[in-house]
Amino acid sequence: MSFYLASKEIWRNKGRFLLFSLVIALITVLVLFIAALAQGLGLANKEYIEKLNAELIVFQEKVELSTTTSRVGLDKLNDLRRLKGVADVGAIGFSSATLVLPNGQKSLDISLIGAQSDKPGMPPVLSGNPIRSNRGYQAVIDGSIASRNDISIGDEITVKTIVGSEDKFYRLKVVGITDGQQYFYQPSVFIPFETWDKIRPQATEGQSQYNLVANVIAVKLTNPQDIQIMAKYIVNQVGDVEVVDRKTAYEATPGYSAQQSTLNTQQGFTLLIGILVIGGFFQIQTLQKVPQIGVLKAIGTQNNIIAFTVIMQIILVTIIGVALGSIGTFLLSLGLPNGIPILLTGKTAIITIITLLMIGPIGGLVSVQLALRVEPLTALGM
Amino acid sequence: MEPILRTESVTKIYDTGSLTVKAVDQVSLEIYPGEFVALVGPSGSGKTTMLAMLAGLLNMTQGSIRIDGHELGMLNEKEKTYFRREKIGFIFQANNLIPYLTALENVELMLRLNSTNSQYCRDEAKKLLGRLGLSDRLHNLPKQLSGGQQQRVAIARALIHDPSLVLADEPTAALDTERAYQVVQFFSELVHEQKRAGIMVTHDLRMTQHVDRVIQMVDGKIFKIIDDRTEIAAMSTGGRI
Repeated sequence: MSFYLASKEIWRNKGRFLLFSLVIALITVLVLFIAALAQGLGLANKEYIEKLNAELIVFQEKVELSTTTSRVGLDKLNDLRRLKGVADVGAIGFSSATLVLPNGQKSLDISLIGAQSDKPGMPPVLSGNPIRSNRGYQAVIDGSIASRNDISIGDEITVKTIVGSEDKFYRLKVVGITDGQQYFYQPSVFIPFETWDKIRPQATEGQSQYNLVANVIAVKLTNPQDIQIMAKYIVNQVGDVEVVDRKTAYEATPGYSAQQSTLNTQQGFTLLIGILVIGGFFQIQTLQKVPQIGVLKAIGTQNNIIAFTVIMQIILVTIIGVALGSIGTFLLSLGLPNGIPILLTGKTAIITIITLLMIGPIGGLVSVQLALRVEPLTALGM
Repeated sequence: MEPILRTESVTKIYDTGSLTVKAVDQVSLEIYPGEFVALVGPSGSGKTTMLAMLAGLLNMTQGSIRIDGHELGMLNEKEKTYFRREKIGFIFQANNLIPYLTALENVELMLRLNSTNSQYCRDEAKKLLGRLGLSDRLHNLPKQLSGGQQQRVAIARALIHDPSLVLADEPTAALDTERAYQVVQFFSELVHEQKRAGIMVTHDLRMTQHVDRVIQMVDGKIFKIIDDRTEIAAMSTGGRI
């Protein structure tokens, strides 16, 4: 009975309900877009660390987990490797560089990451070969660089770094392509650690030291469950270091938490606005229908039928709105330029859509309450 | 013959704390199957309050209302709701029909509420609307019908589920005289034919020409009961109260 009344009213007032579904669709587009942006920006900042094939990351002490400020000497590698419970370790160095593209194409800012061959920190390749030595001018590149710039295995790429005030150009041979490995909002190029130490940007020429220094050391554990215990254990055994898991490390990235909380707040406010808009619409509609609801009650319609009719209308309108909005967001995402970092994984999309579907019933609760309070006596004008 | 409706000393007192108003005062009446009664009186005489109590929409302060063997005072709110949809037919003054349902669907609504919307009932609804001259208006929405047509649909809705008692609150108030007569005539014919008990609240005495009895209320009390045809006919030429 409720479905009958709800569907008849929607069908006979298609324009009004469709208009309202479009409002919900716009809210859906906004919420999904913000969610995708939050996820895309977050990923651009943390992808490499998140996918790192190690459980713990060792930083220099008192640098607030800043990867670029941290300096960990390679002598610590041996100390770490000897510890019980440590399966493997790898030095990692981070710097920014520019990929110079041929044929006048705009150069691309990249994260130039130095990692040791076959050690934690060096990502697995999807095609081609991994870097086999700790020297040499070989590179494994991020899949997005390869696809966007039509670079294949065996090609040579030119990387520009700044030493002092001078531009230095280095040619690297692409030996492998890895999946998405962005860091600091830039796609990554991986090179042997010692090569990285030679070509990384430096304030003055010839700064490379005899004792190599990494930014961080990635630690793979024998038992990955022991993260907390091992982190404390490493700090106790190896001095002057701070040891954290991957999540703590990327959350400490400058701006990451602020950015994510800003976007989440925006998303929350948009959902709140959605609840208020839906609540307002159905409340006005219920107020307009008070005499009609009075008649329905007077002729013997139970309260639960009235309530379910209102709820079903809210649910139907919300489902149509969210479906239209989701399709709209998908179409919008197809037309967006590559540079806009939007990403919506299945899990986030489902959570966001379920949240959006819930705002209808939540917003409509007041109107249900209002409909239930209508006295059948109103049918008699009393 | 047993009356369909019997009220005994029905009283309704509104107590606002500082003010006590007796809206209906010791009203006792009986209405039999096939009897069509007009409840007339000036504004504030207690007609609509009486109607609301008869429908179980308003609780009486004291007295007894018995409809088709059911004592209204003994029913809880949920039972009253079921009782209304099974035993009572309603025609209201305005906003009578559900605006997003067609004429046929408005009539069928009572059957759906009573879970008896079989093809037979649907045919009955069509037949009844046809009887009321609305065969070509079955699929029209209320806004596509004239005021008189809307009230005829309301009459069909009030009678389709075989109620014992049909209550009409100023059913002709929004109609011009010609249509008003027509609507009351239809209502009267069906009440008589189907052996229902019909009560029509009106303050337009011209509408009493088709009723069997006129109960005149003043200040919440029954002032006068007129059942003489000649007297009713004379009254119906008297215009509004």
